[in-house]
Amino acid sequence: MENVVIELKVRNHPGVMSHVTGLFSRRAFNLEGIICRRVGDGSTSRMLLLVHDNQRLEQVVRQLENLRDVISVSCTRGGEGPFSSIQ
Amino acid sequence: MRLNGAEIIVKLLERQGIATIAGIPGGANLPLYNALYKSPIRHILARHEQGAGFIAHGMARSTGRPAVCFATSGPGATNLITAIADARLDSVPLIAITGQVPTSMLGTDAFQEVDIYNMTIPITKHNFLVRSAAELLSVIPEAFEIALSGRPGPVLIDVPKDVQTQEIDVYGWPEIGERLPSPPIDTDAIARAAAMINEAKRPVLYAGGGVMNSASHAVLREIADKNSIPVALTLMGLGCFPPDNPLYLGMLGMHASPYTNLLLDEADLLIAVGARFDDRAVGRVQEFCPEAAIVHIDIDRAELDKIRKAHISMACDAGEALSALLPLVRIDERREWRSRLALLREEHPFPAPRDGSQHPLSIIAGIAAAAPEDAIITTDVGQHQMWVAQGYPFTRPRTLLTSGGLGTMGFGLPAAIGAALANPGRRVVCVSGDGSIQMNIQELATLADLGLPVTVIVLNNGQLGLVRQQQELFYGGNYIASRFETRLDFAAIAREFGISGKSIRTGEPMAAGLARAFADGGPCVVDIGVETEPNVYPIVPPGAANRDMIGGETYGKRCN
Repeated sequence: MENVVIELKVRNHPGVMSHVTGLFSRRAFNLEGIICRRVGDGSTSRMLLLVHDNQRLEQVVRQLENLRDVISVSCTRGGEGPFSSIQ
Repeated sequence: MRLNGAEIIVKLLERQGIATIAGIPGGANLPLYNALYKSPIRHILARHEQGAGFIAHGMARSTGRPAVCFATSGPGATNLITAIADARLDSVPLIAITGQVPTSMLGTDAFQEVDIYNMTIPITKHNFLVRSAAELLSVIPEAFEIALSGRPGPVLIDVPKDVQTQEIDVYGWPEIGERLPSPPIDTDAIARAAAMINEAKRPVLYAGGGVMNSASHAVLREIADKNSIPVALTLMGLGCFPPDNPLYLGMLGMHASPYTNLLLDEADLLIAVGARFDDRAVGRVQEFCPEAAIVHIDIDRAELDKIRKAHISMACDAGEALSALLPLVRIDERREWRSRLALLREEHPFPAPRDGSQHPLSIIAGIAAAAPEDAIITTDVGQHQMWVAQGYPFTRPRTLLTSGGLGTMGFGLPAAIGAALANPGRRVVCVSGDGSIQMNIQELATLADLGLPVTVIVLNNGQLGLVRQQQELFYGGNYIASRFETRLDFAAIAREFGISGKSIRTGEPMAAGLARAFADGGPCVVDIGVETEPNVYPIVPPGAANRDMIGGETYGKRCN
């Protein structure tokens, strides 16, 4: 199955990680990896999510876009991006 | 101006136009109540936080405006959860404000501490744990904006006690939170959809709660009439199309009329408007409208292509899309399709009971005859709910308030109280069953406090009727845990609460009994004894295709 790296720009506050990961567990969509850290002045964070592509990915991306704290979503298909350096 | 957090919350709620709040005080939200003491906002003291939540539902669902409920931390907050989840599934703008233990004690398992923030993530549109009084100035208006914008839904605001008591200088008030403009309509997609409608031979409109939320029932009717498109409604959409219109198909799905599901089976174009292909509506999804191309209009983009891939999908306001479609759709009489509908309706009609029978559907018809035309009907969940959906002629939107997505027993009574609060002068009827009414029966005390014109009709069969029905049809008649050992007299119970109570026993004239109940200006509970045997028919077995309906032919015969 093809890997997809979902890149999120999110508002940085204590609950945002729960909102994002909760969405995946609730929709029974597996997360293969997560990287997150704050960027810039700390008001936003960059979050990278590694998932396997399947027909429900588009639905999950749309649900992510619905989250109030998610500012932007983009997907990169093929490869593991920065996740390949974590063993 | 030096104000504490609680005073800021109450002031901001006043500015939002909130006139009534339902709730229950407790240790962690007492500062909020102290601020309410000085406010013109009316507080409704419920007897259980779930009751408070559903009173807010009644206000919000009957008006389309956001409604607020209060609860304290811990059990107060967890008791709200069902009402919040219900608001999420039925797209209701509910604002729940909970007290929380002081910030310094968060995470210490303090008395009445639960992590309601994390617990409500999957059941809210968004939620907040407020860390300072200053944050409230942005959080409260934002909560209203979120609850109202796009697809409406619930927002929870958890406010630690020290945030409620923290004093800050307030130099000015923020703009109130309002519904944001809907995403623009895609005129190209509208044109393509109009062309598909004009070319279709057998189109059907499938309309849901989104039509109600966008108040587009009038333009829905115009499109249907102009192009002769039959209209099926979801449970949430009932009231959005006139039941006496020959194009009306009633509710579709699990408990639809046979001809409705059979006509949908033959459709070559399905126009889904503000509906989400719920399993109770579409049955086995692969076999729903198998021959139809699909146009899907919904303001929530995440609903598009979720269950069924659409040929044209539009994430926009249902009313704006329908208004844009209207001039592009041509006048068409569709004689062939109309006569097909007429034939199916004649050959596979809704299996109505005989006039004057004691079947619950006859009781529903009696209620409709006795109630004023602008009455608001709330239901609980079970057989009576489906009989109301099948049999009550709803002629305007927001006159049926029912727990559709979550299916919460106990919804009806508090929702009726809320509807009566928000609609002075209108009669509200809660149709319930003896199983459901017991789930929030304590709210009869709230109703007695308020003396509102709410008529509660309890169809009392001593059973969890819809459970019993499923055990009969799908579990070989192995009845377990579906019959109550103790039969209750809800008229007597009502009187103990200080509310007028009437009984109509099996065999008594129904019309006269109902007329007596409605003659009463104030609250009244009517206990109507009904037989155990009547089932809700037709029924599509769970997981089956909608054309595979069981029964209904025997309506009226069982209850002679």
